[in-house]
Amino acid sequence: MDILQVLADATRSAIGPVAAVYALAAIGLNMHFGYTGLLNFGQVGFMLVGGYGVAVSVSTFGLPLWAGILVGIACAVALALLLGVPTLRLRADYLAITTIAVAEVARLVYRAEFLRDITGGVYGLQGFAGGFYDLNPFPSGRYGFGWLAFNARDLWMMTVAWGLVLLASVLMWLLVHSPWGRVIKGIREDEDAVRSLGKNVFVYKMQSLVLGGVFGALAGAMLVVNQQTITPDQFMPQVTFYLWAILLLGGAGRTLGPVLGSVVMWFLLTASDSVLRQLTSSGVITFITNSEIGGIRHALVGVALVVLIVFRPQGLIGNRKEMLVNVK
Amino acid sequence: MRRRLVTVLLAVVAAILATPAGAVADTQGGETLNGQIRKPETVEGIDITVFQGDEEIGTATTDSEGRWEVELPGPGDYRVVLDEESVPDEFVVAERPGTEHTDVQVRPGQQRTVIFVLEYPGQQESTPSPTQSEDDSAGESSGSGEDGTEGVAAAPGVSANSSFGTKVLQLTVAGLLYGLIIAISAVGLSLIFGTTGLTNFAHGDMVTFGALMALLFSGMTLFADVHTAITGLLSDVWLLGPVLGFVFRPMVLATLVAILLGGLLGAVLERFVWRPLRRRNVALIQMFIVSIGLAMVLRHVLLVAFGGNRITYPDFQLQEAMRLGPVAITPRDLTIMVLSVLVLVGVAALLQFTRVGKAMRAVSDNRDLAESSGINVDRVTLYVWTLGGALSALGGVFYGLNQVVYWQMGFHLLLLMFAAVILGGLGTAYGAMVGGLVIGLVAQLSTLWFPSQLMNAWALGIMIIMLLVRPQGILGRRERVG
Repeated sequence: MDILQVLADATRSAIGPVAAVYALAAIGLNMHFGYTGLLNFGQVGFMLVGGYGVAVSVSTFGLPLWAGILVGIACAVALALLLGVPTLRLRADYLAITTIAVAEVARLVYRAEFLRDITGGVYGLQGFAGGFYDLNPFPSGRYGFGWLAFNARDLWMMTVAWGLVLLASVLMWLLVHSPWGRVIKGIREDEDAVRSLGKNVFVYKMQSLVLGGVFGALAGAMLVVNQQTITPDQFMPQVTFYLWAILLLGGAGRTLGPVLGSVVMWFLLTASDSVLRQLTSSGVITFITNSEIGGIRHALVGVALVVLIVFRPQGLIGNRKEMLVNVK
Repeated sequence: MRRRLVTVLLAVVAAILATPAGAVADTQGGETLNGQIRKPETVEGIDITVFQGDEEIGTATTDSEGRWEVELPGPGDYRVVLDEESVPDEFVVAERPGTEHTDVQVRPGQQRTVIFVLEYPGQQESTPSPTQSEDDSAGESSGSGEDGTEGVAAAPGVSANSSFGTKVLQLTVAGLLYGLIIAISAVGLSLIFGTTGLTNFAHGDMVTFGALMALLFSGMTLFADVHTAITGLLSDVWLLGPVLGFVFRPMVLATLVAILLGGLLGAVLERFVWRPLRRRNVALIQMFIVSIGLAMVLRHVLLVAFGGNRITYPDFQLQEAMRLGPVAITPRDLTIMVLSVLVLVGVAALLQFTRVGKAMRAVSDNRDLAESSGINVDRVTLYVWTLGGALSALGGVFYGLNQVVYWQMGFHLLLLMFAAVILGGLGTAYGAMVGGLVIGLVAQLSTLWFPSQLMNAWALGIMIIMLLVRPQGILGRRERVG
């Protein structure tokens, strides 16, 4: 088995654009769950509307890329309002069920036949990311050393994606250390206490939902720009569960939790993938085939979710006391 | 002859629907362009050529499964052309996406899928066939093992030219059937919520588990042997012969085994996962996340074990629809409806009149009070999980009989079960029954006016409207809502 190959693959994916996209979406989820205690199980829905905001605006209506990103953000705000108005006054699990349901409905709508002229139906859309890559300031060539080298396109993508992650993290840090952030954390700890101080809990929760959703939409936009294609079926509910695993692994309620979680998670996932693939192709393991590795990986994420929440709910860098609160 | 034809058609449909399971993430390795000609059926021997600029990069011919793959020298823009000459006479190339893809961008390491669609002549865009309009998701490299027919229940026997009234009746029957299946699966979910406060996300995968167990055992030769022996022995006996002949059909036996295993799964989960977690004083929200993790594990273990294909049960598949007045229904669906009603009445009777049922309702009402009045709460909870698991397995078998068995069936049903439970009132068993029926009817009747792909979307929309106007549900009590 080629250990070096495994490490190289894993490192590349840990600092690659996909890890950055997941980190960005997990930052949004951290806003929801880590700071406000909202159980959002439909973060992928925000990514979906963000991604399609870009794709539809540019591909179908010929708008410039920046307008597409704005459209995606506007869609995310609308989605957050749609989710929040009926459920934020109710118990936490209503929001959970509604978010997962709405994200699924959104996927069904975007892939529906009658919208094919706009969304491309199940085939999705292509060719909307050109504007992004035209801005690439790096001259073409390989950057890096040895096995850790990226071409100019990937480097540009990574710079922007990780730059957004940095911006989002700084913004989050500033927000949660502001008076607003203290109210938000108070809602997580004891909603009634905050209400008795005269704060409008519903409005604060709504602001948190919108803000986290916007981060999710940005992540979705970056995801589709990176792939240069969009299809509705890449926004399966599993993506949300990945985000939860990332958040809980890194540590909910910490600014750097989702970023660290995403890097570690993608390193581990790619490493295990790579090991499994090498073992199957060299014939050491015969009872699974290459096509089943994806399934095994999802199952491992599930196991990680269970083990983390039971034995280490604070994740890698979280504060155990903070994460043991009883969300009502 | 006709039977064989239908079997062949079913096999073709199954082959079309089969898509390989993939991962969410990026892929590694060399760049390739690939695809599968599988619409309206898999076609062998079609030539596909890849160009870069004017230079020919490679040619591929589809294999027996309609697959083709061209390895590329590196990332870049390519042009993919399907050779119309090689298309068999019985097909034409669909107008969209046509015979040529220009500007196919391939990124480093990408294995990109390019889609070509064939059609039968005369069947153009305006009249897409069911498989064509509903199916396809293999069009992306980050694909998943499911496709367009997900959660879309076809209403049997509804033809375009029947009158509106007939259609309404027919869809009502289909909706009742769908609703009963949802209700059977959802009762357990609601009972579990009532007794433990847990929103069990793994319930949908318990449904899949039941359906797949029945599939596993229905193919067992032992059951077939038993059936032949029984029918051989008793075929002449009046009444008993046919009845036992039905009861010992492999599918029926397999269903019973599936119910037992489903109950066992529920009991095992409660005994070895949830009870220890409750002992550790793990908060409900954490348990909720655990159930999501468990659901992921269960679902993907089943995916790896059984594959991502859509499978139909070997038995009870090809049946002539009976005509009951204006409504056409197959004996299979009628049996499912009758059995579902019987089971639901049985569960209601169990809850209403037996000691265990009363204890279940007592625990559901107030756990601490029930405990202090001498009810063994742990044991009652164990019974609830067993009952819930068994019912979900039965629901899974019925759902699989009515439609197809695949690894995500339970997850798609789960969202409708949640809708049913919320609609009826969280934590009440009767609410889940009522809610299930309403959801089934809404889903099916929405196809009168709206595209059938969105039927589940309407059902979930009803749930959201319900949360807005009456969050405690139809039968729920107001104080349940926090």
